[in-house]
Amino acid sequence: MSQTRKEMLVDPLVDNNPITLQVLGICSALAVTSSLQVAFVMSIAVTLVTAFSSMFISMLRNHIPSSIRIIVQMVIIASLVILVDQVLKAYAFEISKTLSVFVGLIITNCIVMGRAEAFAMKNPPVASFIDGIGNGLGYGLILMMVGVIRELFGSGSLFGVTVFETVNNGGWYVPNGLLLLPPSAFFIIGLIIWAFRTWKPDQVEEREYKIQVVGDH
Amino acid sequence: MGLRNFFDRIEPNFTKGGRWEKYFPIYEMVESFLYTPKTVTTGAPHARSYVDMKRIMTYVVIATIPAILVGLYNIGFQVNTAFETLGPSGWRATILDALGIGFNAANPVLNMLHGLLYFLPIYITTLVVGGIWEVIFATIRRHEVNEGFLVTSMLYTLIMPPDVPLWQVGLGISFGVVIGKEVFGGTGKNFLNPALVGRAFLYFAYPADMSGDTIWTPVDGFSGATNLAVAASRGYQEIVVGGTTWMDSFIGIEQGSIGETSVLACLIGLGFLLFTKIANWRLIVGCLGGMILFSSLLNLVGSDTNPMFAMPWYWHLVLGGYAFGLVFMVTEPVSASHTNMGRFIYGALIGFMVVMIRVVNPAFPEGMMLAILFGNVFAPLIDYFVVQSNIRRRARRNV
Repeated sequence: MSQTRKEMLVDPLVDNNPITLQVLGICSALAVTSSLQVAFVMSIAVTLVTAFSSMFISMLRNHIPSSIRIIVQMVIIASLVILVDQVLKAYAFEISKTLSVFVGLIITNCIVMGRAEAFAMKNPPVASFIDGIGNGLGYGLILMMVGVIRELFGSGSLFGVTVFETVNNGGWYVPNGLLLLPPSAFFIIGLIIWAFRTWKPDQVEEREYKIQVVGDH
Repeated sequence: MGLRNFFDRIEPNFTKGGRWEKYFPIYEMVESFLYTPKTVTTGAPHARSYVDMKRIMTYVVIATIPAILVGLYNIGFQVNTAFETLGPSGWRATILDALGIGFNAANPVLNMLHGLLYFLPIYITTLVVGGIWEVIFATIRRHEVNEGFLVTSMLYTLIMPPDVPLWQVGLGISFGVVIGKEVFGGTGKNFLNPALVGRAFLYFAYPADMSGDTIWTPVDGFSGATNLAVAASRGYQEIVVGGTTWMDSFIGIEQGSIGETSVLACLIGLGFLLFTKIANWRLIVGCLGGMILFSSLLNLVGSDTNPMFAMPWYWHLVLGGYAFGLVFMVTEPVSASHTNMGRFIYGALIGFMVVMIRVVNPAFPEGMMLAILFGNVFAPLIDYFVVQSNIRRRARRNV
């Protein structure tokens, strides 16, 4: 194995981040980041599902026929998602209501499927588990960054605790309504990708074309 | 000339190896603003013309002058009229009072002075904040600051409500310049209109300050809906009942953003742009055609619950930002389609969308901003299909 376990855990945070480099899991990142609390619960849920599904799939990897492997993976992932959904409904009903369908949609989250296909089918269970945790944390990191910006400037609070007193409550801060709408997460994720690639220039993709300059050829 | 000599003397400091090499874009900006740029384009094809980009941008700014003048008069007139019943309020009134100018709504000069006190703070904020972003990007990316920014900042100012808070003006133009233009590589590479991107940002971020009944004439206690909002809630016939004739609306004496109320002023600007061949007439024809056809169709369809269905096209033309958008934003050459056939389709798409949003979508009384941004997004796709069909047509000819 080329990677050490520490690398497996740390790599997906910045160098190989599932959202900013692989651009996976964008849908839920847009939908659940208007409040930090919800984004936090979602991050934990995705991390657990990715880690355990990778581990179980890795355990079974030598017994899964290649032609039906996606179906088998889906069954495992779906079972875990239902488990998470039930736990949330039992112990965090309010958050579960806010997350609504997005817990169920973890099944279709490309990160979970992607790690199962790309990593767990080829690697032993413990490595797969760590890889799942790492990718879940990479996803969570971006979700938290987006969530902080959106909740702080959109509602003037963090984790529901007021930081900037808004005008409606007699304070000075005029909340930015755009940040409460899902499209704002597009801009924020785009800016985060921009920042990451300025920081780590080797993440920048090669240009698909080059504008011809006369006298240059 | 002394000034030329001055520039020639300090130029070595800014060229490669000079002391302030990094700040060359700023030097270049000031120098090319005063003189003709020395550089010629490096990429093929070459076309020689006296109308370079600098001239085009300056012409567009000149074309907005009638809209600015009518806008100034209109704001002053609206505010001074409201003062007559509600009494003066705000810092502008204090200044005018201290200077002994007064608030006579019958005097056009006083109205324009009062309007200027609304226009200038917004315009200066736009220039300063947007200019800072332009220079930052020009310095880091080593491209020049060009006159396109003057157009963007003027158009942006003209589509602001008169009483918009200045920090929002700064935030909006920052978003427009950075996200609408610079992230795609700067002037000439923006597929959206930066001024509209800035306005759309404010519209969704701070709807309370960008729409409603109290923002158009900034006097305490005054409430006046735009005529488009009147038409949306009670039908277009009510506009005349409310005291605005079609002619008032055409000349531009009504509630609205700074420069968008006067169709007449926009048409004068359009004449200038068409005469100098900066605006392409196909875009105008397309956009008018799309609007007239679709609104007439909706007139025929009719609706019992939605009074907007009955609004005829000549009211669509004079209300809201349609005329301003048509003249200064639909015709913007960078974000519009580039093929002749595509220009008709692009214009028609915007004309269709603006009626669609105004009439069928109850959430937004005005649709021009969103319709143009929508058209911008589709412009490259339209071009693609036009080019493909041309290739197919010519391939058939040579079987």
